[in-house]
Amino acid sequence: MTAHELILQSKAPYLAIATHELPAIAASSDWQNKYRILMNLGKQLPAFSSDLQRDELLIAGCDSKAWLLHQFDGITQTHYWAFDSEARVVKGLVALAICQLNGLPNNELAQLDFTSLLKPLGLYQNISPSRQNGLQAVLDKMASQIKAAN
Amino acid sequence: MSFDVKAFRNEFAFFQQHPDWVYLDSAATMHKPLAVIAAELAFYQKDNSNVHRGAHQLSQQATTLFEQARDQIAKALNAKRREEIIWTSGATQALNMLASGLMGTVLKPGDRILLTALEHHANIVPWQFYCQQHGVFIDVVPLTAEHELDLQAYQQLLELKPKVVAVAEVSNVLGTIQPLEKIISLAKVAGAIAVIDGAQGVVLARPDVQTLGADFYVFSGHKLYGPTGIGVLYGRYELLDLLKPLCFGGEMIKSVSFSGTTLNQLPYRLEAGTPNIAGAIGLAAAMCWLNNFDSAALAAHKQQLFTKLYQGCLAIKGLELLSPQQNNAGILALNIKGEHPTDVAAILNEQKIAVRAGTHCAMPLFQALQLPGAVRLSLAAYNNSQDINRTLQALEQTVELLQ
Repeated sequence: MTAHELILQSKAPYLAIATHELPAIAASSDWQNKYRILMNLGKQLPAFSSDLQRDELLIAGCDSKAWLLHQFDGITQTHYWAFDSEARVVKGLVALAICQLNGLPNNELAQLDFTSLLKPLGLYQNISPSRQNGLQAVLDKMASQIKAAN
Repeated sequence: MSFDVKAFRNEFAFFQQHPDWVYLDSAATMHKPLAVIAAELAFYQKDNSNVHRGAHQLSQQATTLFEQARDQIAKALNAKRREEIIWTSGATQALNMLASGLMGTVLKPGDRILLTALEHHANIVPWQFYCQQHGVFIDVVPLTAEHELDLQAYQQLLELKPKVVAVAEVSNVLGTIQPLEKIISLAKVAGAIAVIDGAQGVVLARPDVQTLGADFYVFSGHKLYGPTGIGVLYGRYELLDLLKPLCFGGEMIKSVSFSGTTLNQLPYRLEAGTPNIAGAIGLAAAMCWLNNFDSAALAAHKQQLFTKLYQGCLAIKGLELLSPQQNNAGILALNIKGEHPTDVAAILNEQKIAVRAGTHCAMPLFQALQLPGAVRLSLAAYNNSQDINRTLQALEQTVELLQ
């Protein structure tokens, strides 16, 4: 699979997560249920084939191995991502972020406050962006990719 | 003397602040009893002055307290001389001082040293760094299929005549207590200097360095109920005297001119800059406080909790236990089959169980185990039976959630 194909194949699942799981997690009152959904998000997304688990796509500063693919469409000025990790928590958390950002235009993304993306989900009480789960490192990388396209 | 768990736990203000948490990360750092906090506070409030240098009585008082703390450590370890106790910032700094300080004096180009496959990075990387610079070779004692040190391979590697054998008393990942006496006596027969990393071992019992025959023994205060930023390098005087300093400046110097500098004597020669005075006093206070309790009863309590935890984990389907149950210092490394350790730790965290996940600064060990990491549950005597019950419930819940 090429990087382009993977990004393309990930679009529909991210869209589905934005429509179903994202509101379901926010609406869920107990943490077990939130986690059940979170942990299974990764299963809907295509996994990175071994040739795409390349070192230059690795996110540094994360306790598990994690890879981020990014594509900027110069014509529509929009960004797309795909993400994979050995760990399910970070894969789920990043999916919840990407599903809100995928396909948005550059100027809109550049003004967005990334820290507020996952707050309404009620996961933040204990899951904070940390080195352990790597969420912060991924969000930082995405922000730099948006900045670079400006 | 019996052991009152509740009274012991009450010595730690931390647990009153966090009654809803189960703290199973004592191998990373331990909580501090009020006695230690009070000793540090009292030093700053009543006795604060710099040591060894003030012309005033206040400095002399601070110096007396600081040097008394050294005497106390020397006594606790049964060191022959007080000068054999060097204050460091912790075990890591002590190991760095050894790796750099033995080069050119004890270790010459072409020499060999011997490490083991389960060392903490702090007992690997300093050696690697300085050995590379000085042309010294490193051999590594492998593990057996049971994750224990391969003592047969150790004896064979000793035939290569290493000048130094550096080994952890307790594996920081698996909790395995190493057969130190055997390791040291074999090293001695082979003519090697024995360096013991006591970071995880010192809490079990303070070593009698003379009986043990360790040439160097290092540990950190914060893994012995003491403050962070203080640790000890014990060295046999003749060998310690050979050690080249890693840092320069301050009281470690006798005289300086631009044509040359004369260094001070031990122990000051190896203690550059203003030391962690309050930390040293706090560590001495921790050791003193520990003497209030029957060490055998303390150890028995921890062992009982560990057995309960281990047996409970054995009964949970889906858990893979990496640590041995026997000869264990109270550390249980485990995984949930097929799951990443950080996921397990995240779900335990959600249930307010504090553990560590990852490779625990021991990547070579995980390479040997062929695992991406593990979740580490580490106990201390302030843990209680409820802690274990809650942890076992939380682990069951975690397994269930990850299905």
